[in-house]
Amino acid sequence: MSVIRFISIALLAFISVSLSAETEKVLNFRSDVDQIRYNDLISELRCPKCQNQNLADSNAQIAIDLRTHVYDMINEGTSDTEILAYMVARYGEFVLYRPQKNGANFILWYGPFILLGIGLLGFILVIRSNAKRRNKRAQG
Amino acid sequence: MSEVKKNKVKKVALFLPFLVFALLAGVFFSQLGKDTQYMPSALVGKPLPDFSLVNLETNKLVNKSDLGNEGYLINFWGTWCPACSFEHDYLMTLASQGVNIIGIDYKDDTAEAIKWLAEKGDPYSAVLLDELGNFGVDMGVTGAPETFVVNSQGEITYRHQGIVNADVWLTMKGYLE
Amino acid sequence: MLPEIGHFALILSLFFAVALSFVPILGYVKKHKVLMAYSVPLTHVTSLLVLFSFFILAYSFAIDDFSILYVSQNSNSLLPVAFKLSAVWGGHEGSLLLWVLILCGWASAVAYKGKSLPEDIRALVLATLGMVTTGFLAFLLFTSSPFIRLLPDMPKEGADLNPLLQDVGLIIHPPMLYMGYVGFSVAFAFAIAALISGNLNSSWARWARPWTSVSWAFLTLGIGLGSWWAYYELGWGGWWFWDPVENASFMPWLAGTALIHSLAVTEKRGVFKSWTVLLAIFTFSLSLLGTFLVRSGVLTSVHAFAADPTRGVFILVLLFLFVGGSLLLYAMRAADVKSDVSFGLTGREAGLLINNIVLVTLSLTVLLGTLFPLLFDALDMGKISVGAPYFNTMFSPIALFLMLVMAVGPLLRWNRTKLDTLLKQLIFPLVLSVILTGVTLIWQTFEWITMVSLFVAYWVMLLVLIDWFAKLGNSSAGWLQKARRLPRNYYGMLIAHLGMAVSLIGILFVSVQSQEEMVRMAQNDSVTLSGYEFVFNGVSQVKGPNYVANRANISVFQNGRQVASMEPEKRVYQARTQMMTEASIDAGLFRDLYISLGEQLDETTWGVRVHVKPFVRWIWLGGILMALGGLLSALDKRYRKVSGARI
Repeated sequence: MSVIRFISIALLAFISVSLSAETEKVLNFRSDVDQIRYNDLISELRCPKCQNQNLADSNAQIAIDLRTHVYDMINEGTSDTEILAYMVARYGEFVLYRPQKNGANFILWYGPFILLGIGLLGFILVIRSNAKRRNKRAQG
Repeated sequence: MSEVKKNKVKKVALFLPFLVFALLAGVFFSQLGKDTQYMPSALVGKPLPDFSLVNLETNKLVNKSDLGNEGYLINFWGTWCPACSFEHDYLMTLASQGVNIIGIDYKDDTAEAIKWLAEKGDPYSAVLLDELGNFGVDMGVTGAPETFVVNSQGEITYRHQGIVNADVWLTMKGYLE
Repeated sequence: MLPEIGHFALILSLFFAVALSFVPILGYVKKHKVLMAYSVPLTHVTSLLVLFSFFILAYSFAIDDFSILYVSQNSNSLLPVAFKLSAVWGGHEGSLLLWVLILCGWASAVAYKGKSLPEDIRALVLATLGMVTTGFLAFLLFTSSPFIRLLPDMPKEGADLNPLLQDVGLIIHPPMLYMGYVGFSVAFAFAIAALISGNLNSSWARWARPWTSVSWAFLTLGIGLGSWWAYYELGWGGWWFWDPVENASFMPWLAGTALIHSLAVTEKRGVFKSWTVLLAIFTFSLSLLGTFLVRSGVLTSVHAFAADPTRGVFILVLLFLFVGGSLLLYAMRAADVKSDVSFGLTGREAGLLINNIVLVTLSLTVLLGTLFPLLFDALDMGKISVGAPYFNTMFSPIALFLMLVMAVGPLLRWNRTKLDTLLKQLIFPLVLSVILTGVTLIWQTFEWITMVSLFVAYWVMLLVLIDWFAKLGNSSAGWLQKARRLPRNYYGMLIAHLGMAVSLIGILFVSVQSQEEMVRMAQNDSVTLSGYEFVFNGVSQVKGPNYVANRANISVFQNGRQVASMEPEKRVYQARTQMMTEASIDAGLFRDLYISLGEQLDETTWGVRVHVKPFVRWIWLGGILMALGGLLSALDKRYRKVSGARI
């Protein structure tokens, strides 16, 4: 047991220090807006390797690397659209948690409102046929 | 619409939920067993991105045009990656068969890399250094080992995430032309 | 020996479940009273056998029987006893056994309390539950047995429970969740019984209602617990990710909410008859769909169980039989339902119809977003992702609209409400809500959705109070007696609606007013956030029962006075050599302080992430209120009456 404990402590120390070589730096932005942009972007981009995590929440090496890229690009003055396009060009639309509004995604972005519309239409039809039935009964 | 017709429409409409469900079940069935982790590369069908990397051996800068006009593999590896040592033997076999493999030493320590190649052998026609992983990002690499197939027109035709072995090669080699 | 007995008990229970599926139906067809009455003892025997089997599995965990594959995969001798027992449902096979156990529990409860039901209905309901139980017992026995043995090469030690699951949240969250969406099988069974018997009048709704309310309450608690657990366990301070597995529990919740309202209308007014049946089928179908999505491997998620296509096929077949079968039955039988509907535009029925339409839309929206990547891939159109940005954008406005109408609902009268009276009642809360919103937000500019959300929260709370005061009458004399005389399900509704407003406030403030910073800290370094000063006091090493950890000590000051001492950790669990972040949280009613320890940057410096999260507890408090409301509704005295053929 004590051997295991020793190994664990050593492991802990080893992991803590060795990961620091590739850990995220503490980030300094040129403005508050940039910091907000950074936080938004890394939560909208998906880690290409993980099981459904965004760049912000993942500790995978690729996520750390891509966070650094986003940070660098923001500091270079690249716009949000350009950063997203950069990522899509390399990793595909898969990395966008907010799907693009084109083509087949039409169903995705308009579907719920269409459904709601159909529902409200149904509602109106029901109310109207109720009224008709009430009138019929009143007359008959 | 007449009452009779309305009732008929209503009767048919009642089957709609079942039909929608049946369709959905069909889709689910077709998706079972598929590897959900598999991610197609965004670069397939596109030309190899430009780059400028240092060659491990010659210490000179290499770029795209230096890589020649025949199909080749680009293999991302690192000494830190255990799966890469698994893969290594098979790469030696491929190299001995005359397959042109460009190695990218990905996010690695150069001294370690030199030791590794000396100890295990060098299947690569050239080893390029990508210490920061920037070329990896340009290629959409998600980890190591990862291997790309580039055809004679300089286009990326295939990407394999993980270890290359005999089975994988059977699929891969078709993309070399 | 013991595992084999447990396995055998399961096999026996399958036989009884099969009997339960057929004997009462035979009795129903032949109008044979005794055969129908058999439904009750058959239910209880099945339940007892499953319970016995479950006990054996739990006992095997307690005694560290690593000769059982499932135990060796999910436990470890160093694991604290509480976690050894909860590890029973830490993996696929055991959690499925829990699923079946809870299903049997519900069935037995219905068998026991259903003495006042007409015997033919009771027979049909229990037979339906028997069929579902049969399906899942078969699934267990043929593809996912928890009793598979590793003899003769039994491992000396287990692989340990995933450290993420070594937490009190795991002990409660899955059982609550299953109590919820497995509980919707009861409403489903009543709907099927109604379809088979052709008796779609309002009595089936009256019987089904308390069962559905209780299930809904448990599901609310289960989801709330899951959210709370993710918040403190995962170390990022997030509380909802729109992950497919989370959505799998949320969709039945949305449909279940529509169902409890729809059942109320069908019971009280005799309308929406066939719609409510469809909704009951839809709700339970979503539960089954969730089970499929989470265990088949078709969707990627950190929460998903290990994927196995064989299991996926089996559940898909079950899905097809139960959902497809019931939808076909619906299509064939619902046409015979005649409804004499006459409610007007301003009636409460109309309001509840809107409630149903919007809630179904919401659940279909979540379904669409969750399944879209799957559909895309199935059609070979590539791989895309649909994540939180999509869901937040689509869900919020529609949900806000729902809550806007929800507040007005209780003020509506059945059939028709006098419009001018209603509008007079609404003017005061409207104006006050606008004023309160302005006052709360006055010193900052916000997006429109924030303002609307806050307005809706005030709107709901004010209207809850106004309706209650209105019911208490004009004079203050004897208001307590009047308050007591109001029915329990009225209070259930008030508390549940209030709970929604409370959750909304929590969500709103935590989304908009949270502050977060990632800093390097060495001894005596400090960082200030939202008026709190966080001072770093260094890191020490500590040992737990099955882990070792680096623990940081951070003192928190507000206005010079120390308000908290916080100790975030980074743990390494011996058995799995997995690294885990244990965030430190200083909980408060109006804010949480949240600190997670990052990486060691050098000898003396660590990365530390500090958050201040205002009102985050309100999210779960609201959930508790909602669950309370649901339970209260089910306890309404009307259901205590011995009711038989009341139509």
